[in-house]
Amino acid sequence: MSTPIETDVAIIGAGPIGLFAVFELGLLDLKCHLVDILDRPGGQCTELYPEKPIYDIPGLPIVTGQDLTNRLLEQIKPFGAQYHFGEMASALEKLPDGKWKLTTDAGTEIVAPVVVIAAGGGSFVPKRPPVPGIEAFENKGDGVGVHYAVRKMESFRDKNILIAGGGDSALDWTINLAPLAKSLTLVHHRDGFRAAQHSVNQMRELEATGKVKFHVASVKSVHGDENGRLMAVTLSGADKKEWMHEIDSFLPFFGLTIKLGPIADFGLNLHENLIPVDTAKFESSTPGIFAIGDINTYAGKLKLILSGFHEAALMAQAAFHICRPNEKLRFQYTTSSSNLQKKLGVNA
Amino acid sequence: MKIVATDRVGKEHVVEGRDGWSVMEILRDAGLPIAAECGGACACATCHVYVEDGWYEKLSPPSDAEVDMLDMALAVEPGRSRLSCQIVCADELDGIKVTVAPE
Repeated sequence: MSTPIETDVAIIGAGPIGLFAVFELGLLDLKCHLVDILDRPGGQCTELYPEKPIYDIPGLPIVTGQDLTNRLLEQIKPFGAQYHFGEMASALEKLPDGKWKLTTDAGTEIVAPVVVIAAGGGSFVPKRPPVPGIEAFENKGDGVGVHYAVRKMESFRDKNILIAGGGDSALDWTINLAPLAKSLTLVHHRDGFRAAQHSVNQMRELEATGKVKFHVASVKSVHGDENGRLMAVTLSGADKKEWMHEIDSFLPFFGLTIKLGPIADFGLNLHENLIPVDTAKFESSTPGIFAIGDINTYAGKLKLILSGFHEAALMAQAAFHICRPNEKLRFQYTTSSSNLQKKLGVNA
Repeated sequence: MKIVATDRVGKEHVVEGRDGWSVMEILRDAGLPIAAECGGACACATCHVYVEDGWYEKLSPPSDAEVDMLDMALAVEPGRSRLSCQIVCADELDGIKVTVAPE
């Protein structure tokens, strides 16, 4: 395992609120590391609605989720935050010296006096089809059982593969795995796809040449052998007729959903999967752990991006006193302070 | 108008709809387990419901965006599945029956 990273603030979540927290902390000379399970910044803004306009950001009459993210990234660029994308914050531990150690599922360790949870509703994780017993076939090794992502294409060579879904991931993997697979079957609830037209065309070509079998059907149940190896699924067609289909691997692609995840095990007070905070500092009941944005709760809470921005600003003031206990916090405005303007890299 | 909603454990809830509100908003505010992660933007498919007992046919048909988004929903049943953020309460839907889809 690598040496732990030492920083001022570890931020869980690189959505709009986590990003803006970098700005507010940065003005106070606090350095940040951000962890996000997604492979890019923006959180829900870029994962759920990158192209949808947002109309209630002060000063921006209309901005898309992607654009807002881009603008925040530009705004926080001077502060040199470090990002750990594609990693899930999996454990939080208090060290003897009072600092916190945040560990990710990739083994990254971040040690900081302050942790800011800006995780929205939690982690984006793949949607799991409501097929009884499907969990038992997850994590069964390369190329066999149930997989929600393809890490090594080669592991699916000569396998009998079933893909379920009708979006871009379902079609992309159908197209990419068909040449390797022993057989590849795609099932979807309709004879139409949300995916890009060229992908649909490619899939139709593979279907026409017999490389891919497509059924309007859904997976009703999964069957394994006595060793827990996935052997077959029961499919149900449009006419409700059911049949068994033998497979080695089942790849459901229904996009992502939000689950609270390991934060539930951080030992924090939770109220209906939200973290109660005070409204002066947005600190949880555990000193040094702050919660801002959609993940917190307090009297009058509104789940708005602008509320999260406000929460980030107040949190930063409190975080400063923890990180720099012997320093006096000088409250300044970016408009008038040449000191802040220097940090921002702008000419006074 | 009333909405008759069955939750994931089979319990029936009768909730009062409000003209112009989406069925998702009514169910969510009534405490039913509707994630509605995107907040009603037809962008996540986590407000999926089955529309029961002939009510499906009485609704205006889903938009292309909703049909597309249903591709990301789990356990879709053609002829029953809708995204509840796209169903708007109105008097003619008084008594509409829906079941919260599995997650």
